[in-house]
Amino acid sequence: MIHQPSALAITVFCVFVGVTLAISFYFARRSRSAAAYFAAGGNIHWFVNGFAFAGDFLSAASFLGICGMIAFYGYDGFLYSIGYLAGWIVALFVIAEPLKRLGRYTFADALDSRFQSRGIKLTAAISTLIVSLFYLIPQMVGAGVLIKPLLGLPHYAGVLIVGAMVTLIVVTAGMVSTTYVQFLKGSLLVVFSTVMTILILQRGLTVDNSPESLAPQVLTVLPNGSRLIDGVPQGTGPGERDLRPVGSVTRLPNGSTETGPLGPIEFLRTIQNSEIALWRKKEVKSEDGTSTTTFRPQITSGTDILKPGNHPAFKDIRSDSLPGKLNFISLMLALFAGTASLPHILIRYYTVKDQASARKSTLVGIGSIGYFYILTLFLGLGAMTSGNLDVSDDNMAAPLLAKSFNDGGWLFAIVSAIAFTTVLGTVSGLIVAASGAVVHDLLSSVCGLQMSDYQKVRIGKWAAAVVGAIAMVLGIVFQGMNVTYLVGWAFSIAASANLPALVMLLFWKKTTWQGITAAITAGMVSSLTWILMSGDTFDKVYGWKADDSIVPFSQPGIVTIPLGFLVLVVVSLVTQPKGSSAQD
Amino acid sequence: MAHFDSSAPTHKEAFDPATAKRNSRYGVILFFIYTTIYAVFVGINAFAPATMDWIVLFGLNLAVVYGIGLILLAFAMSLLYGWLCRAPASSEESL
Repeated sequence: MIHQPSALAITVFCVFVGVTLAISFYFARRSRSAAAYFAAGGNIHWFVNGFAFAGDFLSAASFLGICGMIAFYGYDGFLYSIGYLAGWIVALFVIAEPLKRLGRYTFADALDSRFQSRGIKLTAAISTLIVSLFYLIPQMVGAGVLIKPLLGLPHYAGVLIVGAMVTLIVVTAGMVSTTYVQFLKGSLLVVFSTVMTILILQRGLTVDNSPESLAPQVLTVLPNGSRLIDGVPQGTGPGERDLRPVGSVTRLPNGSTETGPLGPIEFLRTIQNSEIALWRKKEVKSEDGTSTTTFRPQITSGTDILKPGNHPAFKDIRSDSLPGKLNFISLMLALFAGTASLPHILIRYYTVKDQASARKSTLVGIGSIGYFYILTLFLGLGAMTSGNLDVSDDNMAAPLLAKSFNDGGWLFAIVSAIAFTTVLGTVSGLIVAASGAVVHDLLSSVCGLQMSDYQKVRIGKWAAAVVGAIAMVLGIVFQGMNVTYLVGWAFSIAASANLPALVMLLFWKKTTWQGITAAITAGMVSSLTWILMSGDTFDKVYGWKADDSIVPFSQPGIVTIPLGFLVLVVVSLVTQPKGSSAQD
Repeated sequence: MAHFDSSAPTHKEAFDPATAKRNSRYGVILFFIYTTIYAVFVGINAFAPATMDWIVLFGLNLAVVYGIGLILLAFAMSLLYGWLCRAPASSEESL
């Protein structure tokens, strides 16, 4: 679909950006020490840190990806909400307090607290960089997705604008400005998701099963790049045609045509007892390079929508396919184990003063994040029935839902701007984590460079700029992939590489530095290799046949997370110090 | 914006090994309880997906009730953990 930029949206976006940058420059004067730049001096209040957790964690994948997935496939998207939130239980009950006690700037600090090992620092730093880059990709793709309706600019422009802004935010005041951006974003996201949910419930559900609204649409892309809609050039001028917005209820319970305002439970119950047009696409490529994509409505019962198995990635759980079921279990395991292994989440524990603050800020984080994730179900189903979905782009569901309430008005402007800050908040956290790993773990600990506080901050800023530039390139290369799907990769790698080392360090006295180093390496290499050889990557990245893949299912966690634990135990047992326990 | 001032001094909680050990014990117990409930949810979805159709509460199916329930349970358990860990272990022993 062609989205027209709105002057109001641009204004709100510029205000957001201006405020964010002004605050970054304001705090720049106070962030000249390494402790202030990389960990905000450990002085952030636990309540503020809790909402910053939400701002850090609720990424483009959560807001754009999950809402889009629910809007097009129903309950399957909500499975991500459940898995992401469950992961915070691991963070609170197992990781939060010990990590705060043992570390200073990076999660490698905590892993290495007993051993003073270069091997641990090196592998943990590489793991941090790889996970951060994999997590950055979907954020930058999300930025490119948002730029089209907001400013009317192409995908790459969104990626470059966000990349440049985030790099500026991080370079000016590091973790201090990053915390502020995340706090602002987390708060706004929760507030305006609530506003949209209330509007969805107030609007209720209305039947639209007219032939016009259910007519198939055909998008043809010719070898020269020109695009046709139903055989007519795509555009909004005379003699041109654009893709039609879709998404409607085709039957309500008891034959009614509209419900009026609904309560939250009543809304879900009504959806469950209705029929809705879900849009499916089929792409055919001819030998001359012409691509023809046909979008057709598929009338689906609410009971089918509100249970798992509609999305292609989850469809096998309704069949007898064991690899399909293992793929599902593997994904849910990675989501559960991945949250507490993400470097940008872990370093936020160093921004509060003590363990009690770490615990309390996680509690606030779980409250705000859990509340938002419950709202994703309403936002996704609201978008599904809004009549304003873009059939060619599932990542646009949430902003277009806002547009359905007042076309071109304040809500769309604010939600689009919040979506942009969503990307800013998460990307800034990732860049701080990556630059901390470069300065503290790689340069200082592994290479043995002696640096003053001033030099650490300066090199950290250069590292942030380089990581930001890499993120921009990857955001352009991976255009068109669903952002939720991409985040699943980052979770799998983080859970496989980092969690076994963290958990065993805390709970097994025989853990050795060799065991930790081997576990991180094994988890990282195995999960990355598995992903690169998976059917999903064959199909979506290489453009090859998924069936040619040599691994039986795409999600690696069920194999690579236990492998990390196993390698750690075996190597630790083999490398026990003679005559004393490893802890000694 | 005082809470963003990275240069301001703060009062830190003193590290108490007994409190850390107690908190860790509570955390592990609650972790295993939640993990079990989560694993059952994943297992039902994977091996008995038709069960998710069952209408269990307020006319809603098991998938919706269990899914939202898992999110609410996580928050409830985190509140419980915060309450259990509110005081130093030494003050509990003296009661």
